[in-house]
Amino acid sequence: MGEKPLGKKRSSEGAGRRPVATGRAATKAAPRDPFAEKALAATFTELYRRAATSMPPDVLAAIEEARDREAEGSAARETLEVLLTNSRLASVWSRPVCQDTGMPLFDVAVPAGVSLRAVERAAVKATRAATARGYLRPNSVDALTGENPGDGTGRGMPIVHVREHGRRSLVASLLLKGGGCENVGAQYALPNADLGADRDLDGVRKVVLDAVFQAQGKGCAPGILGVCLGGDRATGLAEAKRQLFRRLPDRSPEPALAKLEQELLEGANALGIGPMGFGGGTTLLGVKASRLARLPASYFVSVSYMCWATRRASVEVAPSGKAVFEQ
Amino acid sequence: MTEVRKLTTPLSPETVRSLRRGDAVAVSGLMVTGRDALHKLWVKSWPSYPGLDLAGAILYHCGPVMRKERNGSWSVLAAGPTTSIREEPYEAAVLARYRFAGIVGKGGMGTKTLAALKEHGAVYLHAVGGAAQVLAEKVVRVAGVRHLDELGVPEAMWVLEVRDFPCIVTMDAHGDSLHEEVRRASREQLDEAIARKRPDAA
Ligand code: SF4
Repeated sequence: MGEKPLGKKRSSEGAGRRPVATGRAATKAAPRDPFAEKALAATFTELYRRAATSMPPDVLAAIEEARDREAEGSAARETLEVLLTNSRLASVWSRPVCQDTGMPLFDVAVPAGVSLRAVERAAVKATRAATARGYLRPNSVDALTGENPGDGTGRGMPIVHVREHGRRSLVASLLLKGGGCENVGAQYALPNADLGADRDLDGVRKVVLDAVFQAQGKGCAPGILGVCLGGDRATGLAEAKRQLFRRLPDRSPEPALAKLEQELLEGANALGIGPMGFGGGTTLLGVKASRLARLPASYFVSVSYMCWATRRASVEVAPSGKAVFEQ
Repeated sequence: MTEVRKLTTPLSPETVRSLRRGDAVAVSGLMVTGRDALHKLWVKSWPSYPGLDLAGAILYHCGPVMRKERNGSWSVLAAGPTTSIREEPYEAAVLARYRFAGIVGKGGMGTKTLAALKEHGAVYLHAVGGAAQVLAEKVVRVAGVRHLDELGVPEAMWVLEVRDFPCIVTMDAHGDSLHEEVRRASREQLDEAIARKRPDAA
């Protein structure tokens, strides 16, 4: 109920200004309040189109650099070249980069007063619209009956995390993570006797390298790892997955974690698994690590594996309705 | 290996034997799709396909997304590989019956298929996972479809003509598997890395 007065206030701020770059649907609807459900649904649909059909420039640049490092004519190099061609074709045709368009994860920060429920509903509506338009494959299956409703939504799907922040604009980030790579994610409890991994950074290094070894090429390598030290089982994996929103050049602001990220990247690439597991020096494109407080009795290391098709996009919507998309 | 080898179906036994695990190839010619339901149907009734010569052709583990055009023809919207290991129980018998020269899929297959590849002179070709658009673009013609009514679109046997379909030979006709080799080598690296303390660790 509290949405209405806010909506009015915003509409007067935004009067006379057309939403920019929010895609055809948003412009046609000429929404008064860019934070209302309908307008957000249109904005999120465009966010889906971008995330599903065009690869982030930092990931493409990393694949290009990796291709140039692999030996001429090697399976690794040819494969990386195919990934680049595929990404180009997908964005030109506005078709999905990969046919598995993945589990959608929305991370939305809203200004004070915006309805969290409206944001959640908008994400569901956008999922239906994006599926109907073919940006997404009908990708949700009822865990009990095996039924596919055909619209990409279901209980807990899409995943929507909404929180309030202190700014006047709304910032939404979207990650599409496929099943092949999700299946090779892992969680370890330290100490781990098999791997000789103690409760220290060296132990963390050992178990993460083991996770990369176990995955081989099955997560559609080269991948990007999100790693979290600590937390409980649930928060550890969620925090690890959240790291996948970070761009590849981003280093952890904490020196110990930044060092760990670099060591893990080098260690994983030294395993020689390579793109698709064909062998080569490019097993991972990046590692992003974070930490959460843990209980004295538990020390979890959680690993989220993202495939080469790291599809993410974000949008910042100003109160005026101006939307700026980024990847 | 310095270049991508171009292959055209039907692949001769000599060509198949000249391929080694790790080779990058581009396949042109006849490819039929087949996944779970078709494999089950095959081993149950072994239908024959008059007018369609599968010997030397390619079997593709793929459930494509197809669109029926107004004029009744079909076009391919997405055609990435699906995980091959699910067909492991059937593939040796399928190779013996239909004499495919190559199987395209992803993830590799087991020891029974590896032995069958050697016995019948065939190779396993790994397509690039996730490359839905590149692979769909390599299909130049949908030449026909079998078992469409019984099995539905993704499971039917689509008869495709492909050009320069990119793959890596990961299991060859000599009993060598790149998957096994990479696993072994990476296991050695891992063991070494785990034994080694971080240089700066106290
Ligand atoms: S792991 Fe990624 S690239 Fe591979 S099939 Fe799944 S979504 Fe596509």
